[in-house]
Amino acid sequence: MASILAVDDSPSMRQMVAFTLKGTGYQVIEAVDGEEALNYAKSRNVNLVITDVNMPNMDGISLIKALRSLPGYKFTPLLMLTTESSSEKKQQGKAAGATGWIVKPFNPEQLLSTVKKVLG
Amino acid sequence: MSAVSSSESALPYADIGEYMAFALGAEEYAVDILRVQEIRGWEAVTRIPNSPSYVKGVLNLRGTIIPVFDLRQRLGMPFRAYEKETAVIILTILDGEKRRSIGVAVDRVSSVLSSARKHIQTTPNFGAQLNADFIDGLVTANGKLVTLLKVDRLGCFSSEGSGIESELA
Amino acid sequence: MTIDLSQFHQVFFEESFEGLGVMESGLLRMDPGAVDGEEINVLFRAAHSIKGGSATFGFNDIAAFTHVMESLLDEVREQRRQLTSRSLAVLLSSIDVLRAMLTAASGDGALDNALVARQQQELEAVLNNRESSPVIEHCAAPQANSAIDQVIGWHLVFRPLPNMMRTGNDPLRIIRELAGLGELDVKVDISLLPGFEQFDPEECHLCWDLHLHAAVEQARINEIFEWVEEQCDLVIVPLPGKDPASSTSNDQDVERDAETPRVSLVPAADSEAERHAGNERRRTDRRENERTASGAGSIRVDIQKIDNLINVVGELVITQSMLSMLGENFQMGQLERLKEGLSEMERHTHELQESVMQIRMLPISSIFSRFPRIVHDLSNQMEKKIELRLTGENTEVDKTVIEKIGDPLVHLVRNSLDHGIEAPAERIAAGKPETGTIELKACHQGGNIVIEIRDDGSGLDPERILRKAIEKGLVDSETQLSEQQSYELIFQAGFSTVETISDLSGRGVGLDVVRRNINELGGTVEIESKPGRGSAIIIRLPLTLAILDGQSVSVGDEIYIIPLLSIIESIQVKPDMVNLIAGRAETCKLRGEYLPVIRLYEILGVQGYRTGELTDGLLVVVEGEGRRCGILVDELIGQQQVVIKPLEVNYQRVDGISAATILGDGSVALILDVPGIMRLANATPELRVLQCSA
Repeated sequence: MASILAVDDSPSMRQMVAFTLKGTGYQVIEAVDGEEALNYAKSRNVNLVITDVNMPNMDGISLIKALRSLPGYKFTPLLMLTTESSSEKKQQGKAAGATGWIVKPFNPEQLLSTVKKVLG
Repeated sequence: MSAVSSSESALPYADIGEYMAFALGAEEYAVDILRVQEIRGWEAVTRIPNSPSYVKGVLNLRGTIIPVFDLRQRLGMPFRAYEKETAVIILTILDGEKRRSIGVAVDRVSSVLSSARKHIQTTPNFGAQLNADFIDGLVTANGKLVTLLKVDRLGCFSSEGSGIESELA
Repeated sequence: MTIDLSQFHQVFFEESFEGLGVMESGLLRMDPGAVDGEEINVLFRAAHSIKGGSATFGFNDIAAFTHVMESLLDEVREQRRQLTSRSLAVLLSSIDVLRAMLTAASGDGALDNALVARQQQELEAVLNNRESSPVIEHCAAPQANSAIDQVIGWHLVFRPLPNMMRTGNDPLRIIRELAGLGELDVKVDISLLPGFEQFDPEECHLCWDLHLHAAVEQARINEIFEWVEEQCDLVIVPLPGKDPASSTSNDQDVERDAETPRVSLVPAADSEAERHAGNERRRTDRRENERTASGAGSIRVDIQKIDNLINVVGELVITQSMLSMLGENFQMGQLERLKEGLSEMERHTHELQESVMQIRMLPISSIFSRFPRIVHDLSNQMEKKIELRLTGENTEVDKTVIEKIGDPLVHLVRNSLDHGIEAPAERIAAGKPETGTIELKACHQGGNIVIEIRDDGSGLDPERILRKAIEKGLVDSETQLSEQQSYELIFQAGFSTVETISDLSGRGVGLDVVRRNINELGGTVEIESKPGRGSAIIIRLPLTLAILDGQSVSVGDEIYIIPLLSIIESIQVKPDMVNLIAGRAETCKLRGEYLPVIRLYEILGVQGYRTGELTDGLLVVVEGEGRRCGILVDELIGQQQVVIKPLEVNYQRVDGISAATILGDGSVALILDVPGIMRLANATPELRVLQCSA
């Protein structure tokens, strides 16, 4: 099954996301911030990255930008988790190369349907 | 030594009570079998200072500290020296929401009795012989009178216990 | 599949309380005049996390409340707002309220909704106060009015911009999604494809003409294209049903339709404030909030500690099977090996004990971290300048000790703040620096943990204390006391007045209760002071509450354990040390001090004791609640660590006895409660006479 990299500095969110996705059969790798995620991504390709925006060490938008420059991640779906209501962050994300976003708060069902959409 | 007659054994389970019977002197007593955790022979206990005379001490039950009462004294009867038949019955007490364990020392353990609940009589007034607070009811087994005791009341140690206090330790 | 989100609640609460702690210390450190960019970011992220998590897990009130805090912090970090001391203060008090909300949500206590409402209003007032420059928001363009009542479908022309795929968006996926809405006719237009030599496979030059036969609203379709709005040309027109009016175009030069509405999904939790009317009204104690944070349910353990534990257990298993094998066909010649094996076993068991205790050990910083806030607030209230210094925050203590020592410490620190440190003017007049210092220190000392609260304040005045004690009838007016004895008076019941200086600690209690609480933990409290220079309160606690270092003693046939912490020394009484006061009360003279003697067998009613004269037995000199005395026993047996088994589990408290323990031979021994024994002794008429004298 597909592998997903979940990046969020909030343990409860990570757990929820990981649990939800693993339950469907996806393989989930967790990272606490952009830096950790990028390091992982450099060594291994995943099928999808879901990342929070506000994190220490490297935020989501910087992560997305950095991922797009990796050859293995040119076309990988990269989704942002955002609570921002202003479209600014979304624009920034798109400019950095994000595929789309999932708005917080979301429930597990919404997460799953979005992931299914993206991974086909 | 069962009190169940053939007609009674046909009764539904809920209508029959099972009891652990034991002797204090010449008299028979019993407690609800579901409250009996185990039965041990008498062994030395550690004395607890400044406690009521019926509190013999505490013992180590697989790592838990359990108080041991002399049941005769708890019921207000005079103390009788322990012999080799003396046994300690470990009981479960319900104290509000809490479960406790206590041990009571009895002269001799008898057997398990079954009795239809409808055969249990309520307590007549005994006068000063025995503290009626502890008595749950009376039943006849094999021609003998068996006094059923209220287990939780036995385990209630705020009171000094009973009608007649023994003067001997 | 529905997933039960409540399984993540525990983690959410834990991380939120932590986040609040981070926010609080960050705010306390912050200087409104010089705001550090990264610091503010940390604060923002903490609030943001709590908001996101609470919304996700259904705590909408908390999300709404936190949202206002987050907005404030967001403006500060974007430099659209100055952090004033007012907003700083409001943020700080909001943290308290938020803590209360989280505590109530985690099921520990009820919430004062009026308080929450007031605080939220205050936050919003600060937020809306035009101290900030307004943000230019993208206005959501009004939805294109589909005047057509009956929608039977839509005609779409979808042309991705060449670089659309570089954001990981796949046109195929989008089309598939559309197809999920209803019947879809797809026609692809390849006319824009460049020639083979110029063809870049990473670009998209295809265009699709789609007819969707589905009675859905346009909003639904916009949703599907939401992510790629800016990266495609999209025309959406309703299919001609009743109205023939529609503009479709297969044209290559399809321009972006300016009326295509931009739809952004508004996060659900944002500007609503739901108020649950069902909660009771009760003031939530801050202490209770933090007790939740350190909670009875779970504990965070360093992985390293668990690994150690696993190693030790491994060794234990090996040694045990070795002994097992030896035991199978044991011959006397193997005695040495058996002994070795047994001592290995003992070593491993000891290590195991240590490892397990280690797991329950947490750094005391979790308690110490409360104090900057408390000191900050109280010193403002009392208009004193006070600096708090924390040392030894990494000192590890048993989890239960942490849970129970917090409140006594708070009272003691408050006491120092209130009575110890003088007002700035006074301090200057006394030649001291204007800012007083309180030092909270923790360290390990010989198997115990020592916590000190030192202040450089005015110190204790023994005469004033004595006067106050006489006034309150605690000692009679003729009493002469040494300096140290006077200090001890402040721990007497009835000496301290009940104070409620601030809301922070709630109920004010006397120092006697504090001392009793510490005693119940198996610890001691002492006080030192130098008038004019300052005071120190020194608390000694056992490292763990489950195990005690004890001295076993025998009286008659009975064995008792005296906690080592209470023992000063043990002596053989010589005849010339024995004195009788008023013809009845025995004392033992030791280095100039007259110690009251307690015959343990008398207090405990032991039969068969051996000592008749004081000189026959041994005197164990103990200290409890600031007083010393000598306990007479038959013999000292040995020192050992014992596991504490409370009597209250199946029995009840016994005066003079703190708990029981199980000795190596399986028998039960009682552990003495030294202050309790002293109290029992005082109840004996003979010794009461000694209370008031030296």
